[in-house]
Amino acid sequence: MLRFNQVFRYLTLTACLRSLLALTLTFLVSAPTLAQQAKIKVGMMLPYTGTFAPLGVAIENGFRLGLEEQGGRLGGREVEIVKVDDESDPAKATDNINRLVTRDKVDVVLGTVHSGVAAAMVRVTRESGTLQIIPNAGLAPVSGPLCAPNIFRSSFSNWQSGYAMGVEMAARNKVKKVITIAWQYAAGEESVKGFKDGYTKGGGQIAKELWLPFPTVDFQALLTEIAAAKPDATYAFFAGAGAAKFLKDYDQAGLRKTIPLIGPGFLTDGILEATGGAAEGVETTLHYGDGIETPKNKAFRLAYAKTFKLQPDTYAVAGYDSAYLLGAGMKAVAGDISKRKELIAAMEHASIDSPRGKWTMSRAHNPIQDHYLRKVIGMENRVTSVAVRQLDDDPAMIAACKMGR
Amino acid sequence: MDFPTFLIQLLNSVQYALLLFLIASGLTLVFGIMGIINVAHGSFYMIGAYLAWSLTALTGHFWTALLIGTVLSVLLGFALEWLVIRYLYGRDLLYQVLLTYGLILVFEEVRSLLWGDDVRGVDIPGALASSLRLTDNLSYPVYRLAISVLCLALAAAMYWLIQKTRVGMMIRAGSANRQMVQSLGINVALLYRCVFALGVALAALAGMIAAPVSSVFPGMGNHVLIVCFVVVVIGGMGSIKGALIASLLIGLVDTFGKVLHLEIAGIHLLPELSSMSIYLLMAVILLWRPEGLFGAPGR
Repeated sequence: MLRFNQVFRYLTLTACLRSLLALTLTFLVSAPTLAQQAKIKVGMMLPYTGTFAPLGVAIENGFRLGLEEQGGRLGGREVEIVKVDDESDPAKATDNINRLVTRDKVDVVLGTVHSGVAAAMVRVTRESGTLQIIPNAGLAPVSGPLCAPNIFRSSFSNWQSGYAMGVEMAARNKVKKVITIAWQYAAGEESVKGFKDGYTKGGGQIAKELWLPFPTVDFQALLTEIAAAKPDATYAFFAGAGAAKFLKDYDQAGLRKTIPLIGPGFLTDGILEATGGAAEGVETTLHYGDGIETPKNKAFRLAYAKTFKLQPDTYAVAGYDSAYLLGAGMKAVAGDISKRKELIAAMEHASIDSPRGKWTMSRAHNPIQDHYLRKVIGMENRVTSVAVRQLDDDPAMIAACKMGR
Repeated sequence: MDFPTFLIQLLNSVQYALLLFLIASGLTLVFGIMGIINVAHGSFYMIGAYLAWSLTALTGHFWTALLIGTVLSVLLGFALEWLVIRYLYGRDLLYQVLLTYGLILVFEEVRSLLWGDDVRGVDIPGALASSLRLTDNLSYPVYRLAISVLCLALAAAMYWLIQKTRVGMMIRAGSANRQMVQSLGINVALLYRCVFALGVALAALAGMIAAPVSSVFPGMGNHVLIVCFVVVVIGGMGSIKGALIASLLIGLVDTFGKVLHLEIAGIHLLPELSSMSIYLLMAVILLWRPEGLFGAPGR
C-alpha cells in the first residue's frame, strides 16, 4: 500500500513539473509576439446538413482554397476556423449566430446560403458590429435598407440576375411579351422584379405573372395557362428540387420547343443530372458559368479539383472570393482588426480578380459584376456571351441603403 | 379561359386528385381500421420514390423496379407494424403522433445515409414516354394519363377487396369490434399487420409511379402528407369513398384556385389566395359536417 502511494505521488509530481515546464517554455517563446500573432477567428455559419449541405461544403472549400493561396494567413495572421451548422433553419439562426458572436467571440462571420437565416444573422451582426461576409444569400434588403458598414456580400443579389435576363430579352426583337412564373417568397419576388425592371425598360411587356406558394411543385395547371396564353418566352424562378421538377414538367408539356424557357442561373444550376436532358437549350443569366476561358478561372478550377476531388461551382467561387475580400481588408491594416475604419474602407475599394471575372464592391456592399448569358448544353451551363457588363444592384435598394457609421 | 383550356384544366385536376387519393387511401385505411394516426405516411411516399430511383438504376427497368419496390414496401410495412406500430393500439392519440413523428426523422436520416441529399430524376418508361397533342402548342404526357388509369384500377381493386371478399369482411368486422372478431377465432393481429402493410404499399406505390413526373428529393413526403390529411379530414376519417370524393374536390379547388381570377370589391382573391383555398374548403365542410363527408359521427 505504501509503495503504491509513493509511486502515485512520484508520478503526479513529475506530471505537474513537466506541464509547468512546458507552460513556461510556451510562454517564453510566444510572449513577445503574442499580441501580433494571435489567430484571427473566422466563424463559418453554413449549412452542413439538409438540402443545402453541398452548397455549404462548396463555400467552405472555396474559402479554404483562397486562404491557402494567400499563404494560410490574412494580413500576416494565422486563421482559426470555427464552424456552426445552420441547418438552413431560420428558427435556429439567432441562437447559432449568437453562439459565434458572443461565446466564440469570432472576428469575422462567413454565412450563409439560406436567405431567411441570413436575415436573422444580419440582425445580430448589425448590433454587435462583427464583420460579416455573406457568400450566397441574395436577399435584397441586405444591400438595401438593412445594409451596414460591417456587412459585405461576395455573391449576388436576386435582383441582378433577373435584371440581366430582362435586358437580354428586351434586346431580342422576337420576344415581345413574357409570362413570369415563380415561387411567391422573397427570392422569387426579387428575381421577377429584376426581370421586369430590365425587360420593361427596354420596351418589353409582361403578359402575366403566375405565382405558386413556396415550395410547392404542382405546376401542371399553370403550364396549361402558359400554353393557352402563348407568350414569346417564359421567365421562371425556381431552385433545387423544385427547379428540376419544373424543367421536366415544362418539357413533358411540349412547351420547351415552342415557348423558350429562360430564368436566373439558379433554375439550372446543380440539377442538370436530375432533369435527364429536359433542360437542354434553356437560357439563364448568372455571374458564373461553365467555360469561362480566363487564365484565372482555369487555374482556379484546376486547383479546386486537385484539392477537393470535386468540380467547383458558383458557391465555391463565392467562398473563394470571400477569402480574397477579407484578405484585402486585413492586408491594408496589417492584421490589426481593431483598425475597423481602414479595414472596411479597404474591403469597399477592393477589386477582386475572381474566377467569375473582375468585380468591385458597390456602395451598398454588393458585387458590381459581369452577368453572363448561359445555355444548357448537355450537363453544362455554357457561357455564350456577356448579358450585362459590370451590373450594379437595384437602384431602389442602393437608394434605400443608409450606411450609418 | 376558353373551353378547351377549361377541359384540360379539368383533366389536370382529376389527374392530381387520383394520385392524391392513392396516397390518402392508405392513410384513411390505417386510421379507419386500426385507429392509428400515422404521421409518417408521407415518408412512405418519399421512400417509394427513392426506391423507384435506385431500383431503376439497379435493374435498368422501371416496371421491374416497381414490382420489387412494391414487394419491399409490403415487407417494410410488416416489419414496422411488428416492431413499432402494434404497441400503439388502444393508446392515446399523443403517443401515436409522437412515435410516428419520430419515424419521419428516422426515415429522413436513413434516406440521407442510403441515398444522399441530392435531387434525383427517374426516366419515364419507354412505352409511355410520348405525349398527346391537345392544342397547337400544349401536349399531355401519356404517362400522366397512365397514372390516372392505374390509380382508378387500384381504387376499384381496393373497393372489391374490402366490400366483396371474405378478408374484407374480416377487416371491416375487426374495425367495428376487435374483441368480438378475436373471440370468433380470427387472428386480428395478423389482419392488422396486413392492413398496415397495405397502407404502406399504397403510399410507396404512389411515390414510385409519381417519381418520373415529379422528381425525387429529400422531404418530398411532407407537403403531400399535409394535403393528405386535409383529404382524410374532408372525406371523413376512415372512409375510402370519402377519400375519393375529397381528393376530387381538392383537385378541382386547388387547380382552379390557381388559374381563375376572382376579384371582389377591388380586392384580389384568386389566384392570390389560392394557397389557402383547400384549407378554406376544409373549414367550410367541417362547419357543415364536423365528422367529414362520409365519416361516422361520434368517432
